Amino acid sequence: MAELNYGLSELAVEIRGMVREFAVSRVKPVRAELDETGRFPAEILRELGKMDLMGLYIPAEYGGTFEGDSMPNIIAVEELSRICIGVSVSYAANGLGADPILIGGSEEQKKKYLPPLASGEKWAAYALTEPNAGSDAGSIRTTAVKKGDTYVLNGTKQWITNGGEADIYTVFAVTDKSRGARGVSAFIVEKGTPGFSFGKKENKLGIRASATRELIFEDCEVPAANLIGREGTGFIWAMKTFDVSRPGIAAQSVGLAQGALDEAVAYAKVREQFGKPIIANQGLSWMLADMATQVEAARALTYAVVKTIDSGAKDYSKFSAMCKVFASDVAMRVTTDAVQVFGGYGYMKEYPVEKMMRDAKILQIYEGTNQIQRDIIGMALNKEYAAAARR
Amino acid sequence: MHIVVCAKQVPNTTQVRINPETNTLVREGVESIMNPFDENALEMALQLKERHPGTQVTVLTMGPPQAVDILKEAVGRGADEVMLLCDKAFAGSDTWATSYALSMAIGKLPKPDLVLFGKQAIDGDTAQVGPGVADWLGMPCITCACKIEIAGNRALVERAFEDGYEKLEVALPCALTVLKEANVPRMASLRGKMAAKKLQVAPTTAEMVGADPAKLGLSASPTRVMKIFSPPPKTGGVLWQGEEPAVMAQRLVDLLRERKLI
Repeated sequence: MAELNYGLSELAVEIRGMVREFAVSRVKPVRAELDETGRFPAEILRELGKMDLMGLYIPAEYGGTFEGDSMPNIIAVEELSRICIGVSVSYAANGLGADPILIGGSEEQKKKYLPPLASGEKWAAYALTEPNAGSDAGSIRTTAVKKGDTYVLNGTKQWITNGGEADIYTVFAVTDKSRGARGVSAFIVEKGTPGFSFGKKENKLGIRASATRELIFEDCEVPAANLIGREGTGFIWAMKTFDVSRPGIAAQSVGLAQGALDEAVAYAKVREQFGKPIIANQGLSWMLADMATQVEAARALTYAVVKTIDSGAKDYSKFSAMCKVFASDVAMRVTTDAVQVFGGYGYMKEYPVEKMMRDAKILQIYEGTNQIQRDIIGMALNKEYAAAARR
Repeated sequence: MHIVVCAKQVPNTTQVRINPETNTLVREGVESIMNPFDENALEMALQLKERHPGTQVTVLTMGPPQAVDILKEAVGRGADEVMLLCDKAFAGSDTWATSYALSMAIGKLPKPDLVLFGKQAIDGDTAQVGPGVADWLGMPCITCACKIEIAGNRALVERAFEDGYEKLEVALPCALTVLKEANVPRMASLRGKMAAKKLQVAPTTAEMVGADPAKLGLSASPTRVMKIFSPPPKTGGVLWQGEEPAVMAQRLVDLLRERKLI
């Protein structure tokens, strides 16, 4: 198939081939069952670990294969998403859980926690959201109180991806209530720590293969050595993590939208009505053309943002938000249109597009709703133009 | 433990047609792959390696220079050593001559505890090379294996048939031919693929393994292919119903006699 020249490295192209083949041969045959039953794709993650694909974002010194190019990881997420984002979110959530350690962790913390994540022997999760702290993440109520050489955690985290399945959790808790967001600290908490338990697994509209659970902390004592950075820096790690992880959601969106486009075009070529394939109708082929154009535009923006981050840019929150909001809106529209192309069959579970449409919705919600993304972009514009006016 | 896996590069027969004029395979433009059954043999070896640390897996193939591709694939999946038997002297070898050549090559490797083969190759479909090599090496051979457990110097092997299973205990060294049902072959790892890219494989010649030229190649191959053809598709048949069973039975007997089938 013809493709745009994105200047991908040899490694990125290799990864694309590997993950594409893996997704088709290992994920596609089970995706409907994973969706139906909500079974966590543990065997798929284990196999990805054996293939050295769990450490694409972790530097070689900590057991991964990252050498400054984030595209292999982005493309791995995209290719898994093309087949199932329930699987790709379970995969990508490891990176989200590990990012605060990568960004703000000490050398000891990196050496201890990153190698088993890179090998796929252990899985990670990121725990920020609470029942009353979603978009307003600064208002979390989970507390961490210093006691000798430990911190005692109390509170509840909600909707934590890989909750219960992951071994290593980065948990955000308030160490100084009087300082608001500046009183938040980040901790590494291992599964099995006394006082750390899991609530029920959520029953979701989409991404049903992924495990989403409550985390419950009841006088849970965490070694003080597991504090990431200094006290009060947690919110910085949380936001910096989002800046690098949002292109991952964009990659999920591009992959999912591409998967829906693949299905829609293939179906439109074989489905005959009025004695001809439905793709021969201009109304329908223009719909497919718009879908394909949106997918490519979303991909181009996403890749450009990733390359900008890799180039060492300092300020890229706006661009991360842009690719997340644009690509996820594209994924919602394209999957909805794919169902339309399939007509009545698209509404049935025998075909994959209804699942894709259900799955797409979360992309506009998680990792910061699309309204929050637009806030970030709007605030950045306000600031940038104010600075320009002063000059 | 040292495990030798013999693998063959074959055309992907799901894409192959037979030229009706010449009765030969139309190989042009057809992708070459590792024989799928050999992938199962390799996977069995790699799983044994995981269960028995210190195990070495050597993959051996005989074929043209481009057969190195399947050796690279094997390294990508975790094979430790490879050998490419490649020499004009091998050209045209049938299963007898191939078995001889492979057995001579294995004789040059560290003494194996297990020699694994796919049940058969999907191009020739003879299923003879595994047992042939075992015979040349003087090893017991278990065909159609789907499970193996190693305990000391013995192996417990399960064979699968259409109508059931057989469990056999065998002394090592031994040879096995492996079924598809044995496992799901893994895919190559990223580090494996990178190692495979750098791999340089020098061909091993007939002379290097000390093979007798009189036992190699087309001239030394007793097999003669008389004809290759696609079996004609089955026709619909005839259905009789609704009459007395005795009447229909008589009609069947008459028809079978008429066609000289009874």
